[in-house]
Amino acid sequence: MLDRLAEYLFPKQVSTYASDIDSLFFFIFYASVVLFVIVVFGMLYFSIRYRHRAGEDLKLTSSKDHSSLLESLFFIIPLILVSITFVWGIRSYLQMVIVPDDAIEIKVTGQSWFWTFDYPDGGTTLNELVVPSNKPVKLVLSSKDVLHSFFIPVMRSKMDCLPNRYNVMWFDSTKEGVYDIFCTEYCGTGHSNMGAKVIVMKAAQYDEWASELGSEDDDLPLDELGAKLYTKKACNTCHTLDGSALVGPSYLQTSQMWGQERVFDDGSSSVIDDNYVRSSILEPMTQIVAGYQGVMPTYQGLLSDRELDALIAFLKTLNEDSQI
Amino acid sequence: MSENKKQNYLNHPKGLMSWILTLDHKRIGLMYLVSGILFFFLGGLLALVMRFELAAPGNDVISNEVYNNAYTLHGAIMIFLFIIPAIPGALGNILLPLMVGAKDVAFPRLNLASFYIYSFGALFAMYTIINGGVDTGWTFYTPYSTQSSSNVVPMTLGIFIIGFSSILTGLNFIATIHKMRIPGLTWYKLPLFVWALYGTSLVQITATPVLAITMVLLMLERFLGIGIFDPALGGDPVLYQHFFWFYSHPAVYIMILPAFGIISEIIPVHSRKKIWGYKFIAYSTLSIAFIGFLVWGHHMFTSGQSVFSQIVFSFITYFVGIPTGVKIFSWILTMYKGQVSFTPPMMYALAFLFLFTIGGLTGIFLGAVALDIHLHDTYFVVAHFHYVMQGGTIVAFLGGLHHWWPKSFGVMYNQTVANIAALGVFIGFNGTFFPQFLLGLRGMPRRYATYDEQFVELHSYSTFWSGILGLSIFLAIMNLFWSFIRKNKVDPGSNPWGGMSLEWTHTSSPPHPHNFEEEPVLQHGPYDYDKVIVEKTYNK
Repeated sequence: MLDRLAEYLFPKQVSTYASDIDSLFFFIFYASVVLFVIVVFGMLYFSIRYRHRAGEDLKLTSSKDHSSLLESLFFIIPLILVSITFVWGIRSYLQMVIVPDDAIEIKVTGQSWFWTFDYPDGGTTLNELVVPSNKPVKLVLSSKDVLHSFFIPVMRSKMDCLPNRYNVMWFDSTKEGVYDIFCTEYCGTGHSNMGAKVIVMKAAQYDEWASELGSEDDDLPLDELGAKLYTKKACNTCHTLDGSALVGPSYLQTSQMWGQERVFDDGSSSVIDDNYVRSSILEPMTQIVAGYQGVMPTYQGLLSDRELDALIAFLKTLNEDSQI
Repeated sequence: MSENKKQNYLNHPKGLMSWILTLDHKRIGLMYLVSGILFFFLGGLLALVMRFELAAPGNDVISNEVYNNAYTLHGAIMIFLFIIPAIPGALGNILLPLMVGAKDVAFPRLNLASFYIYSFGALFAMYTIINGGVDTGWTFYTPYSTQSSSNVVPMTLGIFIIGFSSILTGLNFIATIHKMRIPGLTWYKLPLFVWALYGTSLVQITATPVLAITMVLLMLERFLGIGIFDPALGGDPVLYQHFFWFYSHPAVYIMILPAFGIISEIIPVHSRKKIWGYKFIAYSTLSIAFIGFLVWGHHMFTSGQSVFSQIVFSFITYFVGIPTGVKIFSWILTMYKGQVSFTPPMMYALAFLFLFTIGGLTGIFLGAVALDIHLHDTYFVVAHFHYVMQGGTIVAFLGGLHHWWPKSFGVMYNQTVANIAALGVFIGFNGTFFPQFLLGLRGMPRRYATYDEQFVELHSYSTFWSGILGLSIFLAIMNLFWSFIRKNKVDPGSNPWGGMSLEWTHTSSPPHPHNFEEEPVLQHGPYDYDKVIVEKTYNK
């Protein structure tokens, strides 16, 4: 019964400390239910039992307004309950902040509106955090612009990302799988789309994955690689493929306007071609499409030349085939 | 009946100028009430727009930008234009001098000035809306607020100005409570609403300057780049959070203490019973006001502050909970062996006990650091503070309006409609906000315009019930105003509920322009239902 309730209320428990935190929740929950029932029962019982009946005369009522026994109980029982809660809350918290020495260290950078992960043996991923199971992982978090907050519900952990200092969180995952990551500190237009995934895989699989990281997908055709990069590099946070405007113009629209003039917010214009797309990705703030905010970060250093070519190739294919 | 036709503050003196330049605390209170309720409706409308958008996951109704503006303005309007100024400003102004037997507040001109400062600040907020809104959240966290191209400056300037209104009202109330009580009305004979206003006023004059300074620093940061919050110039964005919450946590008590005061009046009067633990309720008001200054760090449990700070702030947070809990038990025990009438004010008071208890208990979950880290900035927090602010403060405010409406305006509303509306508020409120606790536990972050498919079901429940909640509040307020404008007024007499404090026993309804036709003489305490029988002047 308790398990069923826990399953209904919480996301899966994936970190080693998740079950302890959920138990703390249930301790407070049951204590609260008892107190709440006493309050509601007392309120209903007294108000109905002592209701003013129709036709009854007004009378002098009891002058009792004090009971040392009851009042001490009102202090002592909640005091005991909150003391347990406080101590439990701190003990569990210490588990969450004391990072094991053998943890793998991954650098997490929040930026409007995507996440970058830098791995210890080189290599970077965007919006996909890959970690081994049953091994402590330490995340060192920071931000490149405004505040963000890195939240993994299944780990029960969360930490703000600040532009001027590093914060740390850690977890040890017990179950392989793909889980949600959310940004929980408001960061502007794309805040609600700043999601990512954490992929927990077996240690051996992770090692293999990590050794391949950084090597390019040489064997893929350019447009297919571009389609992969579209989600992998978080383009999809702001640019749709179906023509609707999100934070930035849709790729479909850009593709359909290929070879035509596009007007920018300063009144200038330019023909949409390979060079336009390349510079829009690398220097997005120089030419802002009229009607949109200039909020895109530069991808300088985040994309190789082949990857840039791939995205351009992918964009060109959209005109004929928008079913990707 | 003829008593009602007599001169009262509403009909004498006449003319627009007599209202614009009035020094009468009751008229000033009424002006606060009308403007407060207008802002309440505006804020509520924004909330409904947000709920409508959130009924389904994608951007179906409004874009992210519009949503971000809507939630920012909803928060800023509800807090800075409605709850903080309007409850002490409206109910406090109308009632405080009546309750202490004074002709007016200590500084009537200052009181009028407070209202105009509030109106002036509100103009800036309205300008913000017309000029395209502001999208930073009502918390204005840096560095987003120093970089945002939206109207951060007009909005923060408005809040800065309204702060002065708050400070001056607090000052006025403190002076009134200290110096204007009639002879014999000692501190322990004051109605508990007066104690609540005293606690509120202390917080207003001590905390609001910090907000004012923070808003000025934020504006200087934007204009001059002084580099106090901007990391690029060596500043610290977390410092902003400390400054902001050093005001804004005590501000929670500016919002909830008057509600405690209202409940401490409604329950004894409608239960015809001496209040349980008078001194405890009075002192706990002051201790909550004091401890409220020491817990701001619990808003920053995920900001990366030191482990030691986390432990200290968690520890002190629980000390606000305990006196609050004892208050709830005292209100319940007040009904013991009383004569309880299920009048509309009492219905709101019972709803308050139910909702505020949930609001308070869920605060205990958030005070435990380890658990807060999971729940921080999720819908659990959204639900928690709505249970406190709306389920607590606004339900108490509605109860207070129904309680003192016949006194303030000399008319009685339709009680059946009022009870139906109260029930609708209660059910609609739970339907709207209870699912949000579940959303938060499952990890739904707040301030999201769109969301993941897994949260659809609970969000659509919440949206459905928010419509019922909105309609019920509208019905409750319209029912009140209808009683005010209709021709065949029902005369409630001077003391419809059989209250014992001076505003019931010594003034007509509505009160005389000078409050009391002769110097009131105190005959009994405000809750002496065990000693004196005070008849009700209205029976239905």
